[in-house]
Amino acid sequence: MDGKPASTFSGLMMRIGVVAIQGDVSEHVESLERALDEQGERAKIITIKHSGTVPECDAVILPGGESTTLGRLLVQEGIDDELRQASKRGIPIMGTCAGMILLAKAGNSLVKRTHQHLLGLMDVTVNRNAFGRQYESFETELDVDTLDSPYNAVFIRAPAIVEAGEDVRVLAMIDDKIVAAQQNNVLAIAFHPELTRDSRMHYYFLDMIREKRSSPHSD
Amino acid sequence: MELEKLRHGTELIKRGFAKMQKGGVIMDVTNAEEAKIAEDAGAVAVMALHAVPADIRKAGGVARMADPMVTADIIDTVTIPVMAKARIGHFVEAEILQALGADMIDESEVLTPADEKYHIDKTEFTVPFVCGARNLGEALRRINEGAAMIRTKGEAGTGDVREAVRHMKQIMGEIRQLAGKNKEELIEVAREIEAPIELVMETAQMQRLPVVNFAAGGVATPADAALMMRLGADGVFVGSGIFKAENPAMMASAIVEAVNNYDKPEVLAKVSKGIGAGMKGISIDTIPEEQVLQTRGW
Repeated sequence: MDGKPASTFSGLMMRIGVVAIQGDVSEHVESLERALDEQGERAKIITIKHSGTVPECDAVILPGGESTTLGRLLVQEGIDDELRQASKRGIPIMGTCAGMILLAKAGNSLVKRTHQHLLGLMDVTVNRNAFGRQYESFETELDVDTLDSPYNAVFIRAPAIVEAGEDVRVLAMIDDKIVAAQQNNVLAIAFHPELTRDSRMHYYFLDMIREKRSSPHSD
Repeated sequence: MELEKLRHGTELIKRGFAKMQKGGVIMDVTNAEEAKIAEDAGAVAVMALHAVPADIRKAGGVARMADPMVTADIIDTVTIPVMAKARIGHFVEAEILQALGADMIDESEVLTPADEKYHIDKTEFTVPFVCGARNLGEALRRINEGAAMIRTKGEAGTGDVREAVRHMKQIMGEIRQLAGKNKEELIEVAREIEAPIELVMETAQMQRLPVVNFAAGGVATPADAALMMRLGADGVFVGSGIFKAENPAMMASAIVEAVNNYDKPEVLAKVSKGIGAGMKGISIDTIPEEQVLQTRGW
C-alpha cells in the first residue's frame, strides 16, 4: 500500500489467501465466500500457488490435502518462509487437517518418518492419522469451546494435537486428543469445516482477521 | 467419546477423502520399496497392484488383485493413503482390500473383470471407491453405484496419452452440452446416456462431475500430466509411467512438480530436463482389439 492511506473500497477490502498447491482448495474458497456472504461482507480471496502472494494477504488458509506433498511443495515454491514471516507479523493463519500438521512445531514418529516439512508456527506436537485409516474416518457432533452448540465435524484420516504448550488455547477435544486449538494468530483444526455448510468456524477465523485489521500494530 | 456417536463411511467422508487428493499425483507401485520412492517424490497416494499395467499387458493371463501380503507391506511402509485395485464386480476382493486397510479401492478395468454384467455395489462399503469412465454416462452410472471418485480409463499400460485425452474431452464436452438445457431435455439426455436423471441434473447445475475427476491411462511424462490438468483433470494417476521410466525417482518428482505448475511452460521445461527417458510405450494402433482394456466395464 506504499504508505498512502487506502482511499478506494478495494484497498480496504480484506484479502484472504488460500494456499492452492494441493488439496481441497476450491472447497475452502467456496465456504469462505459463503461465510462472507452470510455476514454481508466482501473480501478478495486469492489462491497462493507460488511465492510473492503471501505478503499481500491479511490472512492465509492452509487447506486439507496430503501433508507430505504440501510440505514438500511449500518449500520448493519458497512459500514456507513467507508464511513464517507473515505469522511473525501476526497475520491470522488457519490450517485444517493436513494444514494442522504443517502448522505444528513437532510431529510424532509417523510424521518424522516422512521427513515432513513443518512450519513450526504453533507450539504443539501433532500425531498423523491419529484416528486411523480411511475406514475409521468419521463424522461426529463436536463440542467446540467458542460455539454454543455442537458442530458437525468431518474427520478424514485426521491428525490430532497430542502435546501443547502453555500459550495454546484448546478449543475442542476427542477423548485425550486436541482437535482444534489456537495460539495467538494461528488456528489449527483437525477436521474439515470447509466440507460442511456450517460457517461458524469460518466466522471465528473472520473475527480473528477483523481483530488484527482493527489493531494492525498491536504486535 | 462414545463410539456410537461416530458415523463412518458416509457419502461426505468418502467424497471428502477424494477431494483431499486434488491437485496431486497417485502412483502405481508393486512393492514397499517403490511405494517409498513415490512417497518421497511427493505422491498424494499410491496404488498397490501386483504388476504395473505395461507388465500386465505383456504377461497376459488373468490379472487379479495384488497379493495381500504385498498390499499389507506397502500399507505398513508409507504414511500417505494406499489405494488398491479389485476386479470389476469382484466384491470379495474389495472386501479383502477393505479388511487389509486400503484407503480407497479402484474397481479397475486393468484387471480381468469378474462379472460381465454388474459392477460392485459400492454403497455397501465403508471405504471409498474410484472407477474408470470413458464418457459421462459411464461416469454417472459408477457414481450412482457409489463411486466417490472418477478417473478416465485412457488405455492403461501404453504410455500413449491419446485415449485419456479423448475420454477427458468427451466427459467435459458432454457436461458443457448440459448447460442451458431444461428439465425435459435433461430427462432425454439421461435416457440417452443411461444415467440417473438426478445425477444428470446435478452435473448440469454444477457444470462438473459431482465427484472428483482424475486423469488416468497412458500418462507417461510431466508434459502428459500437465496436459491432462489443462484439460480439466482434478489430478493425475500415473501407472507404468514412473516405474517403467529410466529413472523412476526423478520421473516421479518431475511429474509432481508438473502437476503443480501445469500452466507454467517455463517451469515445465525445467522439470522435464535431464530426468532420463520415459517408458517406451506402445502405440494404441498396434494393440489387437481383444487386448484393449478400456472396453471392459460399461
